[in-house]
Amino acid sequence: MASAPSSGVLRAPLVVEFPFTRSLGPVQSAFLTGLRERVVLGVKARDGRTLVPPVEYDPVTAEEIRDLVEVAATGTVTTWAWNHEPRRGQPLATPFAWVLVKLDGADTGLLHALDAPGPDAVRTGMRVRVRWAAERVGAITDIACFEPYEGERGARQGAPHSGEFAEPVTGIVAPARLDYTYSPGRAQTAYINALSAQKTVGERCPSCRKVYVPPRGACPTCGVATAERVEVGPRGTVTTYCIVNIKAKNLDIEVPYVYAHIALDGADLALHARIAGIPYDEVRMGLRVEPVWTEGGRFPDHYRPTGEPDADYDTYKELI
Amino acid sequence: MAPRKPSVMRPARDVAVVAFGQTDHLRSTDELSEVEMLMPVLHQVLAATGLRTSDIGFTCSGSCDYLAGRAFSFTMALDGVGAWPPISESHVEMDGAWALYEAWTALQTGEADTALVYSYGKSSPGSVRDVLTRQLDPYYLAPLWPDSVALAALQAQALIDAGETDEPALAGVARRSRADATANPHAQLSGSVAQGDYVVRPLRTGDCPPVGDGAAAVILAAGERARDLCERPAWIRGIDHRVEAHGLGVRDLTDSPSTRLAAERAGVFERPVDTAELHAPFTSQEVVLRKALRLGDDVTVNPSGGALAANPMMAAGLIRIGEAAARIHRGASHRAVAHATSGPCLQQNLVALLEGDTR
Repeated sequence: MASAPSSGVLRAPLVVEFPFTRSLGPVQSAFLTGLRERVVLGVKARDGRTLVPPVEYDPVTAEEIRDLVEVAATGTVTTWAWNHEPRRGQPLATPFAWVLVKLDGADTGLLHALDAPGPDAVRTGMRVRVRWAAERVGAITDIACFEPYEGERGARQGAPHSGEFAEPVTGIVAPARLDYTYSPGRAQTAYINALSAQKTVGERCPSCRKVYVPPRGACPTCGVATAERVEVGPRGTVTTYCIVNIKAKNLDIEVPYVYAHIALDGADLALHARIAGIPYDEVRMGLRVEPVWTEGGRFPDHYRPTGEPDADYDTYKELI
Repeated sequence: MAPRKPSVMRPARDVAVVAFGQTDHLRSTDELSEVEMLMPVLHQVLAATGLRTSDIGFTCSGSCDYLAGRAFSFTMALDGVGAWPPISESHVEMDGAWALYEAWTALQTGEADTALVYSYGKSSPGSVRDVLTRQLDPYYLAPLWPDSVALAALQAQALIDAGETDEPALAGVARRSRADATANPHAQLSGSVAQGDYVVRPLRTGDCPPVGDGAAAVILAAGERARDLCERPAWIRGIDHRVEAHGLGVRDLTDSPSTRLAAERAGVFERPVDTAELHAPFTSQEVVLRKALRLGDDVTVNPSGGALAANPMMAAGLIRIGEAAARIHRGASHRAVAHATSGPCLQQNLVALLEGDTR
């Protein structure tokens, strides 16, 4: 729900959510498939270092690198940071340490979480091991986290590995979600508030005198702020249009229908809306139209002909 | 393959920063759209030079749609420069310092003699710590949602373990920055600011930058045009940007070889500088940058308060160049280094060397 705080500017929650589907290169595929099988793979860089997590290209020479080796699931913390307030999506819901871990047999650090009782239990140089996730799919989260471990160093440090597994993982789907509080700013708040009273307001440029609808707070020609509020319409002129023949998903409008640019009387910029109340093949440039509001609508449902004579081309040619 | 020996790259053409403007940086600017926030600084730099939009040869901006969750927001921001009829224009999804680099390159080609560079960021609509996780490696890092403070804290702990700093020294960086910021009317955080509790240990609230909204703009001009527009132009004697290895665990987090290489190429090490404006959003990163840039105690570091006083995302790097240039404009500096960063733990670094005319 939109709400207006003391400043009068509209605000509303906005959630941007998207699943990123990404393909994997041969090295990444071997590494993530290996995690599914509880095997940790590294790649040999040209300078002899074993990189874990492995990359497709050498970080120094940029050459393709493909020589895989297996490293242990035990290792040493090289740096850490205590996270007393875990955030959404992070590996553990209880306080934990972020760590870079150099696995036995590797020369570089892997970033992950360390499950430890408190910051006093964590230090650089401490020994840890992988805690595997119960369900593994071929993703970095197949490592649930690290845990303190004082036992033996794991075997399999640096042995060559083909990187071949049955049913290799070839891609990942990484869901992402970000939460915002959206505010349209002063000019568009005024526009939206006016619509709720079934009025359309634009703003006039103090320099070129053009009236912009909807207003964005600035004149794109003069590059100056617009502030003078001007009511326009309600009637207007069709400046151009198209006939829609493909039904849009989740939109209950019979095709074909007409979508048009409409220059409201007094506006110097056309806005767009659907035209109804006239056969689709009778809509034309210059047709005079007026808005039709539905009960509780936040904007006109569509525009319909007024019955006036068509507007002369010269009156709207600058707005096409 | 042995790395090539770095050498100083001399610009083909003298280009200077001739004007700089920035907004007051605020925790929230709900009442303003991005273009409304930006317009006053655009007008400020145009007024300072007497130029009109139509006089500008090339325009380049830096911003990021993820911050406010507004797709293609930079196209709306273009309203503020008067982009109709069409102008020669470009955009980088980066800090404005990299937009300045593109504009500087355009001026080097001789295609333009003046350029307008601007950038802006509204962090207030979202949660910037979470937003920044989306710029990380999508396979190995982003699924773990390691936030920007957590990654900086890993770097800070590495510095403490290496004996390069400790918590009291970091608190000292915070204290000095906010004290210096009292002379900066645009700062968001200044004066006596408590170090506070740990955000992600070892970093406390005082070690972290304020989150806020803001914008900045710069005008560049080449050769005699610069002298026409500005009494004491801040000449860009060198500028370069470099990136660290992709994997965080591959890097030595206590050092910044990319900053050092960029500085070498920009000519920073040829003679001492008197001023450094460093884009170090976290106190610990100033420690890394001082070392990489070989700054002695006689160098004035971040007289503006730096990013610890105001860190509008996508603008804070450009502001470092602007602040260094403004000091040259008013005769407070003769030779200054400005630095901008992007990505986790100083992943990518830009270094510019600025000088005033010898009097």
